[in-house]
Amino acid sequence: MVEDDAWINAERTADALVVAVGGDWRVDAVANLLRAATATWTAEKAGDGVSTAVVRARDISSLDSGGAWLLVHLSRQLEERGFTTRIDGLGDSHRLLLDRVRKSADRIEITEVPPNRNALVSALATVGEAAVNACKRAHELLSFFGLTVILLGRVIVRPWRLELTATLKYIERTGLDALPIVGLLAFLIGVVVAFMGATQLKQFGAEIFTVNLVGVAVLRELGVLITSILIAGRSGSAFTAQIGTMKVNQEVDAMQTIGLDPVEILVLPRIIALMITLPLLTFYANMMGLAGGAFMSVVTLDISLTQFLDQLSGAIDFTTFAIGMVKAPVFAYVIALVGCFEGLKVTGSAESVGQRTTMSVVEGIFLVIVFDSIFAIAFSYLGI
Amino acid sequence: MDPGNVIEVRGLVNQFGTNRIHDGLDLDVHKGEVLGVVGGSGTGKSVLLRTIIGLNRARDGEIMVLGQDSRNLKGREARRLLRRWGVLFQDGALFSSLTVEQNIAVSMREHTRLPGHAINRLARLKIDMVGLPLHACSKYPSELSGGMRKRAGLARALALDPEIVFLDEPTAGLDPIGAADFDILIRDLQRSLGLTVFMVTHDLDSLVAITDRIAVLVDRKIKVGTVDELRMDDHPWIQDYFNGPRGRAAMASHGRD
Ligand SMILES: Nc1ncnc2c1ncn2[C@@H]1O[C@H](COP(=O)(O)OP(=O)(O)OP(=O)(O)O)[C@@H](O)[C@H]1O
Ligand SMILES: [Mg+2]
Repeated sequence: MVEDDAWINAERTADALVVAVGGDWRVDAVANLLRAATATWTAEKAGDGVSTAVVRARDISSLDSGGAWLLVHLSRQLEERGFTTRIDGLGDSHRLLLDRVRKSADRIEITEVPPNRNALVSALATVGEAAVNACKRAHELLSFFGLTVILLGRVIVRPWRLELTATLKYIERTGLDALPIVGLLAFLIGVVVAFMGATQLKQFGAEIFTVNLVGVAVLRELGVLITSILIAGRSGSAFTAQIGTMKVNQEVDAMQTIGLDPVEILVLPRIIALMITLPLLTFYANMMGLAGGAFMSVVTLDISLTQFLDQLSGAIDFTTFAIGMVKAPVFAYVIALVGCFEGLKVTGSAESVGQRTTMSVVEGIFLVIVFDSIFAIAFSYLGI
Repeated sequence: MDPGNVIEVRGLVNQFGTNRIHDGLDLDVHKGEVLGVVGGSGTGKSVLLRTIIGLNRARDGEIMVLGQDSRNLKGREARRLLRRWGVLFQDGALFSSLTVEQNIAVSMREHTRLPGHAINRLARLKIDMVGLPLHACSKYPSELSGGMRKRAGLARALALDPEIVFLDEPTAGLDPIGAADFDILIRDLQRSLGLTVFMVTHDLDSLVAITDRIAVLVDRKIKVGTVDELRMDDHPWIQDYFNGPRGRAAMASHGRD
């Protein structure tokens, strides 16, 4: 092995400590040499008339900057123990390298590295920073919201400014492509709600009200909520990653330099597309959810499909349906806004794209639920 | 393989689709030299470099690096060969989620059993040797200027004291003073560390200033020679290149008219 070809020995003569070194002093060998060196002279101290140390390097057959650093490091250690140290017998080319490394090594020793903060202080500082950042972000998000509203207004006045192709592309990606998963999930939710209702209501002999439960829960809350959460995970994250990658590649900067407004080009089509698709998806999810509930009712409750529909039409009215649907465009705006906002906040690195994407999904879902509860409170005040 | 050569390429053929980039290309790189590789845009300099370091599979031909066939190595052998060269990619390719210091420490952690403090010192040593200020240690690549990224990339390429360094356009995008500094740095490191340098470049000043020999990629093959030899070559592209206005300016400024 290469590593065994490098060696170090220390020996005391009458007037000096002689450290003989040799072999391949390369970076692979440094780990072993370092250990050997520590073992060799931990006990050595200048004194007893011996105050010089000589590093005898004539047997060094090859040297790289790792090895050279070690020579410098060792002679410095010897000096710390009170020896005046010199390195002897190094070949010319090795000497050149050693001098170069020594110069750098001196510089890195004297340069101060900022000390670590005390753990408690830094923990407190982290909490404080996080709080301040959260407020800052809320503020920024709000101004971004304002900006998009102004631009949307402008597009309504001058619709030909809208990037139609891009908008249609996002409608396809966020809407059409999401149909299978949204449909499946809504159906399953309908099944679960019906099953829960059935098992509980059976105890009172009121199984038939399972239909009411399914109708109201799916139409008012679950349909739109499930769709929005899914779309926040699916499309909100995609928006962030797309815009973020463009930021990393400086495409966004390039747009600005040729007078294109990134918000208008990148953000508006996405917001508009999502505001079109999310209500449609919600309607679709509502239908699938009801279908799931009907399926479960027919299978486990001995309710026929006609009975189900009869009961349903008594249980719900247009308001129930409208309450669910009204929320959809609002949630769409929130999701698209957060997705694009986080995308534009990406800085420089691939890492940051990942962080921002995570953040966009978390914030998107969080805000959707917050808005949902605001809606619930508002509706209860209005008595609907 | 000739013992004086660190790289030998024989009959290399590279082709993407129907687009043949190299066709029976031969090249020798001598131990301890600085070899400049030039050629028009899209002639396959980067592809040649990637092929030699094994990132691109050649369609045909033989490539020996440090006495080993770089194409058919696996496992331990490949790892051992890998650490004997360092690469500076055309755009730096620093790991964007790591600080400069961590970027350099990565390969030391991976390939040696050095204790943490030694890795830390050696990484900083490399940072200083390539002329970066030490406060750059804890910066992320996105916080550096283009020139600093190049230096950081070079420091990473040198992390394990390789025998060969491959540089893809190291001075592209640097200001002339920065580029000249970088040239001197490469020459200086090459002398003190005993490196062999394989350098793709468009920079005529670097070529004249620091290369020992120049390899020109023309007609899907390579012609090698010193500046003076190549100036005598009657291939039209080579004539244009070295005896065009910029070529002559570069020669003149280095006193080789
Ligand atoms: N992965 C690939 N797939 C298909 N074609 C490729 C691939 N990589 C390179 N090429 C083609 O090979 C040719 C040579 O590319 P290469 O990047 O080596 O050029 P270069 O000489 O380095 O140019 P430059 O000076 O602009 O960097 C180009 O025509 C390029 O289109
Ligand atoms: Mg290239």
